[in-house]
Amino acid sequence: MSPGRAQLTPVAPRSRISLPALAAASLVLVTLALVLVFFVVPNDADQGFSQRIFYFHVSIAITAYACFGLGAWKALVHLWKRDPHADLESYVAVHQGVIFGSLVLITGSTWAKISWGHWWLWSEDQLVLFLVLFLFYAAYFMLRYSVDPGPQRANFSAVYALFGVVLIPVSFMAIRLAKQAIHPVVFTRHGPNFGGWILVTYCVAQVAMLVLAYTLYRVELAGKRVDARVRELKEVLA
Amino acid sequence: MTTAEKYVTAAYCAVFAIVLVYVLIIALKVQRLEREVDELAGRAAAREPEPDERREPAVVG
Repeated sequence: MSPGRAQLTPVAPRSRISLPALAAASLVLVTLALVLVFFVVPNDADQGFSQRIFYFHVSIAITAYACFGLGAWKALVHLWKRDPHADLESYVAVHQGVIFGSLVLITGSTWAKISWGHWWLWSEDQLVLFLVLFLFYAAYFMLRYSVDPGPQRANFSAVYALFGVVLIPVSFMAIRLAKQAIHPVVFTRHGPNFGGWILVTYCVAQVAMLVLAYTLYRVELAGKRVDARVRELKEVLA
Repeated sequence: MTTAEKYVTAAYCAVFAIVLVYVLIIALKVQRLEREVDELAGRAAAREPEPDERREPAVVG
């Protein structure tokens, strides 16, 4: 390469699971979960039909936590090993977390409206702490895009993503530590508070959401990598 | 349809719509990338080879 020309970043290692296979698995699992939710699982004795939001609401919430966790892990890999791909992977994982986080807020508010008669209750720690977590990671993008592209942006973003992970256990434990709460607790230290078809449906929905999130993560990551590669090639060919 | 059924359906539709909007955004991005790659390919094809890049034909075998 002649002097002054842009350097091409090394090609990212290919994943063992192909994207079409992941997309097909997502489609099958989400369809199966919807069939179980609407046609198989019985109505809850206490909440009736409205309890059917639970299957996607809780699985989406845990998926959002997983995305933020992955973003933090990739941020750590970036800071620790200086992996050239980790910054972009961390960014995409946080982006997925924010998308799934917004779905948690929408499904949760709808459920709250049916069960409690309110779209939102500021007195509920679980709700407020999840909103704090969501807004913290939403602000990640403001920080990221306020710094010029380069190592400094990658380092700032990584440190921020890593700090945010502390909020995940706080958000998860809030409902368990609160003395008075109306938000239901489904996972206790003795295991889940349900069984039978409810447990089966929840497990399928959880796997479906995790696979869907991973598929979207891979799709977005592939797009971002091609975008970065095109920019580099433009500089090389300029 | 009861009120609870309406709300539950609306919640699931919102999830579906958001995922669909996300796929639409990605599709638009892929379309843009396709255009940019075509532009790059055109630029690469129109590029004159540099003197040291020219190769003399060699007899094989």
